[in-house]
Amino acid sequence: MQMPSPDARIMARKAQVVARLEQALGARGVIHDPAETRAYECDALTAYRCPPLCVVLPGSTEEVSAALRICHEEGVPVVPRGSGTSLAGGALPTADSVILGVSRMNRVLETDTMDRIIKVQTGRTNLSVTGAVEELGFFYAPDPSSQLACAIAGNIAMNSGGAHCLKYGVTTNNLLGVTMVQMDGTVVEIGGAHMDAGGLDLLGVICGSEGQLGVVTEATLRILPKPEGALPVMLGYDSAEAAGACVADIIEAGVLPVAIEYMDRPCIRACEAFAKAGYPDCEALLIVEVEGSAEEINHQLETILKIARDHDPVEIRAAQDADEAARIWLGRKSAFGAMGQINDYMCLDGTIPVSALPEVLRRIGELSDQYGLGVANVFHAGDGNMHPLILFDANKDGDLEKCEEMGADILRLCVEVGGCLTGEHGVGVEKRDLMSVQFDPVDLEAQMKVKDVFDPKWLLNPAKVFPLAASESRRA
Amino acid sequence: MIRPGSEAELAEAIRDADGPLSLRGGGTRGPLPDGTPITTSGLTGIVLHDPAALTLVVRAGTPVDEIDEVLRGANQRLAFEPMDHRGVLGTTGTPTIGGVVAANVSGPRRVLVGAARDHLLGLRFVDGEGTVVKNGGRVMKNVTGYDLARLVAGSRGALGAITEVALKVLPGTETCASLVARGLDDAAAVRAMSAALGTPYEVTGAAHDPQAAGGARTVLRIEGFAPSVAYRARALAEVLKPHGDWQIEDDREAVRADWRGIRDAAPFHGSTGDLWRVSVRPSEAAGLAARADAAQVFYDWGGGLVWLRTGEGDDLRARLGRHDGHATLVRAAPETHERLHTLQPEPLALQKLTRGLRDKFDPRGILAA
Ligand SMILES: Cc1cc2nc3c(=O)[nH]c(=O)nc-3n(C[C@H](O)[C@H](O)[C@H](O)COP(=O)(O)OP(=O)(O)OC[C@H]3O[C@@H](n4cnc5c(N)ncnc54)[C@H](O)[C@@H]3O)c2cc1C
Repeated sequence: MQMPSPDARIMARKAQVVARLEQALGARGVIHDPAETRAYECDALTAYRCPPLCVVLPGSTEEVSAALRICHEEGVPVVPRGSGTSLAGGALPTADSVILGVSRMNRVLETDTMDRIIKVQTGRTNLSVTGAVEELGFFYAPDPSSQLACAIAGNIAMNSGGAHCLKYGVTTNNLLGVTMVQMDGTVVEIGGAHMDAGGLDLLGVICGSEGQLGVVTEATLRILPKPEGALPVMLGYDSAEAAGACVADIIEAGVLPVAIEYMDRPCIRACEAFAKAGYPDCEALLIVEVEGSAEEINHQLETILKIARDHDPVEIRAAQDADEAARIWLGRKSAFGAMGQINDYMCLDGTIPVSALPEVLRRIGELSDQYGLGVANVFHAGDGNMHPLILFDANKDGDLEKCEEMGADILRLCVEVGGCLTGEHGVGVEKRDLMSVQFDPVDLEAQMKVKDVFDPKWLLNPAKVFPLAASESRRA
Repeated sequence: MIRPGSEAELAEAIRDADGPLSLRGGGTRGPLPDGTPITTSGLTGIVLHDPAALTLVVRAGTPVDEIDEVLRGANQRLAFEPMDHRGVLGTTGTPTIGGVVAANVSGPRRVLVGAARDHLLGLRFVDGEGTVVKNGGRVMKNVTGYDLARLVAGSRGALGAITEVALKVLPGTETCASLVARGLDDAAAVRAMSAALGTPYEVTGAAHDPQAAGGARTVLRIEGFAPSVAYRARALAEVLKPHGDWQIEDDREAVRADWRGIRDAAPFHGSTGDLWRVSVRPSEAAGLAARADAAQVFYDWGGGLVWLRTGEGDDLRARLGRHDGHATLVRAAPETHERLHTLQPEPLALQKLTRGLRDKFDPRGILAA
């Protein structure tokens, strides 16, 4: 992966840029000591690191606007940052860029259960949004596994999803309005507590734009009443085909579970060793969760279990209470941690049509043999969002490169069967150069035109999302 | 009328155009802009229906009725239940799925499952220069690149002509029931609807008709499997006791017909005067309707959508003043559309972005919208 070489003229003006930013934000709001900027050198894609020119941590929309205006005047690129949990390198700095972090802006501005909304500053973490409305009987639906750490800012920029999006949708379906600062410092209000756009759906294109159109400082989010209850069942199968057919039949039967999670044997074994959740040693494990009152849950589970039995399961375990439910989820929820214990891994995020599942798993197995790298699969089966974890050894020369090549092959496969490169983690720098696998030049050109309008000088997070060659003439 | 039979022909027609085009699907949703009429109604057919993946890919000119029928055959549906505008506008013609997506047309179920744009997985469109662009895809989770699909959905043809859409479909519902209360004033009705939507009982519609025959009528819908519907209807009636006296109506066909009427704004069918559709925070809905001094009011989306019928040519927006939302002129004489604008004018910074996007996607300015 390449990043454009930093602009030496900007680096030479560091002192002047820092001074102007300090004047606007106060010394407390600006970090420029190389020992401290190092903390911002990467996000959760730790393979790539580069300390920024400096870091600004504004405390308000006005300060964000002031900081951006200065960077705009100085021609300095800006990389917005929430909590830095991006797995795609979305918040990776360049040496000539200013990191603009919104972590200090984490207040709840308004909650209204009559309109079923919460308005927050975007530095607030995902889980603490639910935390703010839980006592009122509500929750914020998108629940990325990183929800303890990740910020609403990053969720909006990446259009993040979670385990429960089969029923509740992803961020874009739960976002009603934003306050956003454009690169030149202009503050715009888009949407609000009402339910649809009055003109162009600008909110729709801002969500998922990976920090390239503006810095989002406030967000109005839809909150939902908490369900009466939820219970999972665990289904074990001896083949990917059987598990895949079971998922298809459940959906076709008209039951809409809130979550259908899938793990393959390598993943099951790792989780079992790590969390002792009591998973069977089989080829494919499904966790299917349904919601409602006790009566409703039973009714749905009956249908699901009947379908499950038709496909010759090796094990069925239905949770009877919260304790058993927690045990079923325990393994799945510790999957990434468990894999991390035994190996370095790279987590992919392509989506495929659910019907292509058995074929894709088979071909991933072939790639695994070909490259000599292990793969564990854990993913959201209901919506086809795969998370193959490629295992490699970071200390072994060339292993990371091999792993990246294999990852690219898997993502090409996802596109080939009718899917896409990324279902929830975003393009960032990681999948930037694969974009032309999924899109023709005219498709990319149409997307870049949108950036031209919001950020004509291409100063916001410029080296992300689009293949460097495609965006070259636009980047200064 | 130009009626291309393929996406390539449509692209060519737009490329070759030397003046404004008046783009339409079935032409049922007006107002139609001036210019050479061009329709997507020749681009028909279902490209893919994958029931197990809850996915439908369909060409833009396909009639909504045809889609409903195919989906019904697989016990599935378009969950956002798009409104049919023919009743309020007195238009004829056949509503197409492209028109639904281009105007982000969403029915009562908006409150629970989201709008048309929330069910959009991807689309193909021809921009103002005649370039064919694709965005999104056919899978349910996709954050690859910018979400142009949602930007183009709801743009009413201003950025291009949609030629194909991929939609998320949902399982059909076995049955449904309504809870009905009579005689609530508007503010009380909105409070009751908010209370209902704040329960875990998955209310899929909440509407209030202050001028219903027989007195104000507030109605809530529940859908799903029969035992679940029965359970939730009872539970909801219990919770809502402080908000009135609720009767459960569970004749499935009657309930369905009632909600079709709500979806299509039936209380305004055959009426005269201008018709406005106001998107608003529910908690401000009743106050706003009072300020409107309208001949007729109707609330959907739990108060988030207020239909207002006014005198011909009245400037409703001036009466409403500033609020968190916007008012769209749905039915009026062409000169009123011209004078007051169909869509509520936006603040300058947003106008600038909108203008910038339109200039990029339609540099010749031929997509009149
Ligand atoms: C263990 C783990 C599990 C994860 N699980 C999931 C999961 O289940 N689902 C999922 O979708 N993701 C998941 N992620 C990925 C990640 O958590 C999400 O992408 C998250 O939304 C990033 O949020 P953040 O605040 O950390 O953003 P950052 O990493 O700080 O930034 C992400 C992107 O947002 C931009 N950005 C940040 N702030 C702003 C702003 N104010 N305005 C505009 N743009 C901004 C950045 O420039 C960058 O492009 C996981 C990550 C980890 C490490």
